[in-house]
Amino acid sequence: MLKIENLHAGVEDKGILKGINLEVKAGEVHAIMGPNGSGKSTLSSVISGNEAFEVTDGDVILEDESVLELSPDERAHKGVFMSFQYPIEIPGVSTTNFIKTAINEKRKANGEEELPAKDMLKLIREKSALLEMDRKFLSRSLNEGFSGGEKKRNEIFQMAMLEPKLAILDETDSGLDIDALKIVANGVNKLRTKENAVIVITHYQRLLDYIVPDFVHVLHDGKIVKSGGKELALELEAKGYDWIK
Amino acid sequence: MSLKDNLISSFMVMENRGKVDLDSGFHQMRSEAINAFEKQGFPTKKDEEWKYTSLNSVLKHDYSIFPKSEAAVEFKEVKKYFVHEIETYKIVFIDGVYSSFLSETTHDGYDICLMSAALKKPKYKMVLDNYFNTIADKENSITNLNTAFTMEGAYINIGKNKVLPKPIQIVNFYTGSEKDILLQPRNLVVVGENSHVQIIERHQSLSDNVVLTNAVTEIFANKRAIVDHYKIQNDNDNASMIDSTYVQQKANSIVSVNTYSFGGKLTRNNVEFFHEGEHIESHINGISILDKKQHVDNHTLIHHKFPNCESFELYKGIFDASSTGVFNGKVIVDQEAQKTNAFQQNNNILIGDKATINAKPQLEIFADDVKCSHGCTIGQLDESAMFYMQSRGIPEKEAKALLLYAFGNEVVEKIKIPELKTRITKLIANKLGVKLGFEI
Repeated sequence: MLKIENLHAGVEDKGILKGINLEVKAGEVHAIMGPNGSGKSTLSSVISGNEAFEVTDGDVILEDESVLELSPDERAHKGVFMSFQYPIEIPGVSTTNFIKTAINEKRKANGEEELPAKDMLKLIREKSALLEMDRKFLSRSLNEGFSGGEKKRNEIFQMAMLEPKLAILDETDSGLDIDALKIVANGVNKLRTKENAVIVITHYQRLLDYIVPDFVHVLHDGKIVKSGGKELALELEAKGYDWIK
Repeated sequence: MSLKDNLISSFMVMENRGKVDLDSGFHQMRSEAINAFEKQGFPTKKDEEWKYTSLNSVLKHDYSIFPKSEAAVEFKEVKKYFVHEIETYKIVFIDGVYSSFLSETTHDGYDICLMSAALKKPKYKMVLDNYFNTIADKENSITNLNTAFTMEGAYINIGKNKVLPKPIQIVNFYTGSEKDILLQPRNLVVVGENSHVQIIERHQSLSDNVVLTNAVTEIFANKRAIVDHYKIQNDNDNASMIDSTYVQQKANSIVSVNTYSFGGKLTRNNVEFFHEGEHIESHINGISILDKKQHVDNHTLIHHKFPNCESFELYKGIFDASSTGVFNGKVIVDQEAQKTNAFQQNNNILIGDKATINAKPQLEIFADDVKCSHGCTIGQLDESAMFYMQSRGIPEKEAKALLLYAFGNEVVEKIKIPELKTRITKLIANKLGVKLGFEI
């Protein structure tokens, strides 16, 4: 599904990613771990199309097609979704209106009719229940005044609504207490199918107890320095990152 | 002949043609006003209050000054300019002349009618003597000009204890019957104790001919009165507007003046509040969304003279292309006005590379036991928010519009008439060039 080839990227003159190679197949869950500053968040930003980062070499290929020339919204229409480490607050736009707009724009881009209001409401009810979200959050301004945990839950709610092919969860566990973590992880697990894939970016092993990865990769100084199965995460937890450098 | 000379000689023509009652005290007022205007002239950028707004481009036209008789306008052609979803009183003028056909006035329990009628009939004399031109700024040459030529406008006099069952719409149409026209409507609004009034005002040109409107409104809110005045400024590119609204409030009254400036070539709003009692609330809100070379200048004054009063001011501006904006918000708190709460907020987003805003909060506080704050921001669209929205599949144009809509929403939320709120939201969506993907 996703193929990253020799990806180099950075901001201005500063290189951050220095040759990433990664292949993610449908149905798989990959975890990317690494110390602060290793390039984890840059990788997710580049895949989802954040123009603050410049790709200097290599390619990102989604379903046999390079996406580097596509805008973030075009990538979203092709099924890329990123759960933000720090979701943005947008005062004045309710969560409901925001997600309705996002869904209908995606449908429009894919040549589909707008989702009828009745179906939209049903979908919202269903997915917010999955994340055990308090309904009142849906009518409030997007993320405004939400706690860290509420914001993350809202991210996964949006993921549930948009049903992406490739979901990238950037530090989704940060700011979550254990109960919220379980709900969020449960939500992600329920959304997993044979057709979609998940990349979990995390600093700690904790989340991986709940979202169990097929592969674990360790990122250090812009490169994947080690890959393995889920046991690699436990090893990292025990030994820290130093032994891998 | 310059416009100023033209106006002064037109005033003499008006006197000679017997259009006005030369012996009345009212004419004395006109004469004083035209004399003051003659001395003052039109403001230039040398005047501190006009530093960032030049009238040169709007004063160069050869304006017709006296309204002709009513041109015919079909209701269906202009229906869209009314908030027609609800029942309202209507005071409608076409090229400055009252249109009885489009209007719906009343004298049943209160007067919602015409300035021209009030000027003629003796029974209105006392109200005019008590209120007319008593709070309009005599130092303002353009207001003086309006006073000198006062012919027509809305006359609204609501007695005590009346809660109006429906809002009042004051709509001025200009048909393009003259090549260039100067319109000077003059409105008087007197609201008695405990009475509630809502007013929606609009000026709309129906052709591409040049129009300059110099409107003056005086609003008097007596004790415990509640008055909301909404001004829709969405006129076409050849229409310019100088609108001066003076508000006097008695104890425990609540008044809001709201401007929605999306259209027009040049728009200048002067909104001035004067407090005459305690426990008054004043609200003053505005949103400007401009593009091309449009210019909007919001000049506001809130004068706190008594203790225990509150004022809330919120202005937002979105400036695209080469548009320009001015915000000058003056708040004066006299020494006697202890326990004043005065809040002012002005937020601007510049989208266009050549767009500019000159923002000047001006607080003059002479009392020591007060809460006063002001915040002024000038920024650009938040790129992280843009990326967030795009990453959810919302294209750049729509994301931008949604963010701008959200930015302005705080002002729109203050509208108390739901149908008007919907209308303003639609105007904003139109102006931003998007169909917002949800029911609004």
